[in-house]
Amino acid sequence: MSENKRKIIPIGPYHPLQEEPEFFKLYVDGETVVDIEIEIGYNHRGIEQISTTKHYDQITFSVERICGICSTSHPFAYVNAVEDLLGIDVPLRAKYIRSIIGELERLHSHLLWLGLAGHFIGYNTVWMWSWKYRESVCDILEVISGNRQHYSMFKIGGVRKDIPKDLIPQVEKMCDELIPALDMFKGAIMDDPVIHARLKGVGVLTKEDAISFCVVGPTARASGINIDVRKDDPYAAYGLVEFNVPVLENGDVFDKAVIRVLEMYESIKIIKQCLEALKKEPEGNIEVKVDFIPKGEGIGRHEAPRGEVFHYIRSDGSNRPVRHKIRAPSYMNVASNKVAAVGQSISDAAITLAAVDPCYCCTERTVVVDIENKKVVYTWNDLIKLSQQKTEKIKKSL
Amino acid sequence: MKEDIIPQVKEKLGNKILDFFEKNKRRYYIEVDKKHIVECAKILFDDLGFRFQTAAGVDCEQNFEILYHFSYDKTGQIVSLRVKLNKEKPEIESLTKVFKAAEWIEREMWELLGINFIGHPNLKHLLLSDDWPEGNFPLREK
Repeated sequence: MSENKRKIIPIGPYHPLQEEPEFFKLYVDGETVVDIEIEIGYNHRGIEQISTTKHYDQITFSVERICGICSTSHPFAYVNAVEDLLGIDVPLRAKYIRSIIGELERLHSHLLWLGLAGHFIGYNTVWMWSWKYRESVCDILEVISGNRQHYSMFKIGGVRKDIPKDLIPQVEKMCDELIPALDMFKGAIMDDPVIHARLKGVGVLTKEDAISFCVVGPTARASGINIDVRKDDPYAAYGLVEFNVPVLENGDVFDKAVIRVLEMYESIKIIKQCLEALKKEPEGNIEVKVDFIPKGEGIGRHEAPRGEVFHYIRSDGSNRPVRHKIRAPSYMNVASNKVAAVGQSISDAAITLAAVDPCYCCTERTVVVDIENKKVVYTWNDLIKLSQQKTEKIKKSL
Repeated sequence: MKEDIIPQVKEKLGNKILDFFEKNKRRYYIEVDKKHIVECAKILFDDLGFRFQTAAGVDCEQNFEILYHFSYDKTGQIVSLRVKLNKEKPEIESLTKVFKAAEWIEREMWELLGINFIGHPNLKHLLLSDDWPEGNFPLREK
């Protein structure tokens, strides 16, 4: 097919609600995606530069604003980086609280993704139910920290708030009630022949490509790469609790969905162990005092819901860093769409691009434009409809 | 901790190491000459199985520094390769032929710090808009 007959489907660029705005230009030949161009930077806020103008305690809050969904990931990696620079260890109780917050966040983030993924392929019931259970997780975060998002729990040397004894049963109750819901979601994915037919073999990222693109998190683990910072380089309380890291081999959207559901069980396991440990630790001992950051360099990382968050900090001995490098997981994962989406049909594009979980809120901004006469062919809603119709077709044929 | 990878790194990089600094048992900073960067990255990535995390360009007083961070996930150790570039003509070989993950971060350093990456297939703006004024690099110290 000649170049000028190719059609472009622009997806994006951005929406104020999206924490990682991006613009996918799909080049299509008929129904097939033949190439994809990815543009980012629509919401570049220069936070790395802003960091060099703030003192160390302020940065904990400013980096929390990088992401709207996994908001605790960045302060988590940042305090790890500064503590690596300082060479200090935080109190045991603070470690457990850090891990609890990290895992609660993973729960609500994965539930959010599951709901969106369900919506994209026409399972709106999954969407509603998944977000219903996400509420209970957000409520618990509010009870603990005062906020549903941007919990502001972290500080260099510890955490800002304790989890008192009388709150623990409430968190445990939420965890216990979530397990039957997870069983339901697991059943809905594993036992449904339509989902198997719809998602298996779609948007495959091979192990070779996954290694070359250096993808992280569930995207890597669905392609057979066994990496998880919590296990590989234990920090906070992750070295003190038992949990498994699920790894699957096929690299398709189905495996990426299954991985996230399985991970939620592990998160609950971690939270419950941490809560048990909190009961034995004396209350109130949640921080060590840090009043001077010496000259030096530090690297910190955290396994966010989407993968490894990386922070590098360099200090010249003053109260502000001279360089703060931040790398979010989607920076690595989104680039891999270049291979995962090519060769797919348009109706698979929505779920393939969403499978790396790039916080896909810019849903209404997609249009398909016919280049020759500049006419709008599909809107994003039409694309979702296409995707849902394909599911319907599979349902009928089974 | 499982088997330490650092002795192997030291042996394979050999005399290319200009400076070796052990921050602690999990963080290592190794300075190499910029002409060896592709070779060193190949040794870490292809031969030893490191994963490329990201690179950080820093504007220091005398020169530019790039830190290429590599993670060895079997032991959780991070090796950061440090190269120094002169201020007059900051340029270095691109790592895109070793791994695709270098493509975005090199574009980012190119536009924010003005470091030229030789052999990069698609050196254009990533975060800044296409009409960003030429020669204006936001992360350079004034």
